[in-house]
Amino acid sequence: MKYTGTVYTFGDNVNTDEIIPARYLNTTDPTVLGRYCMEDIRPGFGTRAEKGSIIVAGDNFGCGSSREHAPLSLKYAGIACVVAVSFARIFFRNAINIGLPIIESRDISSKAKEGDTLTVDLDTGRAVVGGEEIAIAPFPPFMQKIVEEGGWLPYLLKTTAH
Amino acid sequence: MTLTEKILAKKAGVKSLTPQEFIEIEPDLALSNDITAPITIDEFEKAGGKNVRCPERVFMIPDHFTPNKDILSAEHYRKLKDFAAKHAGVRFFEQGEVGVEHALLPEMGAIRPGMVVIGADSHTCTYGALGAFSTGVGSTDVAGFLLTGKAWLKVPPTVKAVFTGVMGEWMSGKDLILLLIGKIGVSGAQYRAIEFSGPVIDALSVEGRMTMANMAIEAGGKNGVFVPDTKVAEYLKGRTKEKGDYLAPDADAVYERTVTIDVTGLTPVVACPHLPENVKPARDIMNVRIDQVVIGSCTNGRIEDMRVAAKILKGRKVDPNLRCLVLPATPKIYRQALDEGLFQVFLDAHAVISPPTCGPCLGGHMGILAHGERCVSTTNRNFVGRMGHRESEIYLASPAVAAASAVAGRITDPSELMK
Repeated sequence: MKYTGTVYTFGDNVNTDEIIPARYLNTTDPTVLGRYCMEDIRPGFGTRAEKGSIIVAGDNFGCGSSREHAPLSLKYAGIACVVAVSFARIFFRNAINIGLPIIESRDISSKAKEGDTLTVDLDTGRAVVGGEEIAIAPFPPFMQKIVEEGGWLPYLLKTTAH
Repeated sequence: MTLTEKILAKKAGVKSLTPQEFIEIEPDLALSNDITAPITIDEFEKAGGKNVRCPERVFMIPDHFTPNKDILSAEHYRKLKDFAAKHAGVRFFEQGEVGVEHALLPEMGAIRPGMVVIGADSHTCTYGALGAFSTGVGSTDVAGFLLTGKAWLKVPPTVKAVFTGVMGEWMSGKDLILLLIGKIGVSGAQYRAIEFSGPVIDALSVEGRMTMANMAIEAGGKNGVFVPDTKVAEYLKGRTKEKGDYLAPDADAVYERTVTIDVTGLTPVVACPHLPENVKPARDIMNVRIDQVVIGSCTNGRIEDMRVAAKILKGRKVDPNLRCLVLPATPKIYRQALDEGLFQVFLDAHAVISPPTCGPCLGGHMGILAHGERCVSTTNRNFVGRMGHRESEIYLASPAVAAASAVAGRITDPSELMK
């Protein structure tokens, strides 16, 4: 899996209320969830970010509620993947479960600037931004298997007899 | 092993576990609500799900946007109701029976020591107060449980939080957990278990412990857990006939870190906008004018919280320039507050009493903030836009601080009002 896109930068502790405010959680409509992505901290982001864009954030991205609408909102807004120094744990598992690629990288987070073009290659474990190459740590084998199967349910159905 | 490792090892059927191991387990209970269950149901059906694997372990609790705030919410509500009707055994609660999920399940005896609980709601960590391992997951995780009865977990390292010293008169479990979050930060226990202990914890009520476990997530925690004791056994009497598994950490348990807080001389605190870690003594910010007070939620909507609020509001009136909303978290708490005469106090004080709902906590309904408004709230998050307009502000506090602030019209330390 390889992604190349424009970088949008965010700070530390971007929470799920900011990613998709609860007033839009009375629906699971992809158009609505995509349109209002990041509405309260960056109005218009959900419609402005071009398809394939990459979010680069700081520490504890996705903290707060368990709403799966948060990674779905990012996906529906056209975000190809999210890079952060660290992710809050429920957001992390939700992203893995629904198949939104996420990468933990302090190096990328400190080097990528708003508007840069970032390439992330999960197969080779390499990222390139501003002409500089950065190594990405792979997921643990268990997580890799889930990602390879396309999410938690496909993995579970394949590995569980029922 | 720590308490969390012990509970998980027993459930996984292994002698021991170490942090960072991945395990597939069969949880004892899985819950979801009117926001998260619709995705669970869609994913279950998309994956070809016909029968729910363990329906008697599944709770779908419509508490967030209920009583239904609009047509879309009403459709979600009906989706849960129809699903429960189709899959016998799945528990759904009608209005009049339903309460805020994390107050309702312990109250009805559904949670016991030693259980492993997953919930598509981040505050599922509340049940650690009863010596259970419980953690928030996503809708798809619960869909996986409906299909196979399984879930995946990574064994968390444990942070030990020890509380020592003497509690001041108006100090509460809410102040203790805010003090901890203020000390370690909103990612201070990221991916970790928090095991609470110390003489202050031993003396704290089960409800006070629920308030603390509830906000483990606000420090990034996977779960918050207390060693179940006689207080837990007492709490469960009359709620369940099941015995529960009263586990305790080993003497040689390995903790990643120990944080000790001596509460002697400390006074009630407030978490200022826009992160739960921005903790200050209430008495240091008493000039902040407010427009709304909320007393309720899965954090602080239980009967002890109602009693503390009533103790302060008795014989007083809330400031005429603000609204004070009281939300007993379940119908049982509602009735108890009524029977104890607390509603008389609230009504005399000109507070508004709401039916049980999560409503205002997440900016759903029943108390939304306008541009520039400030709220003192006993809830759990003060993020940008959480309770309404993105330029509104939330100050998190205990029921005592909230009630005192409602009377004063500004943030107030209860001891100032009650002296």
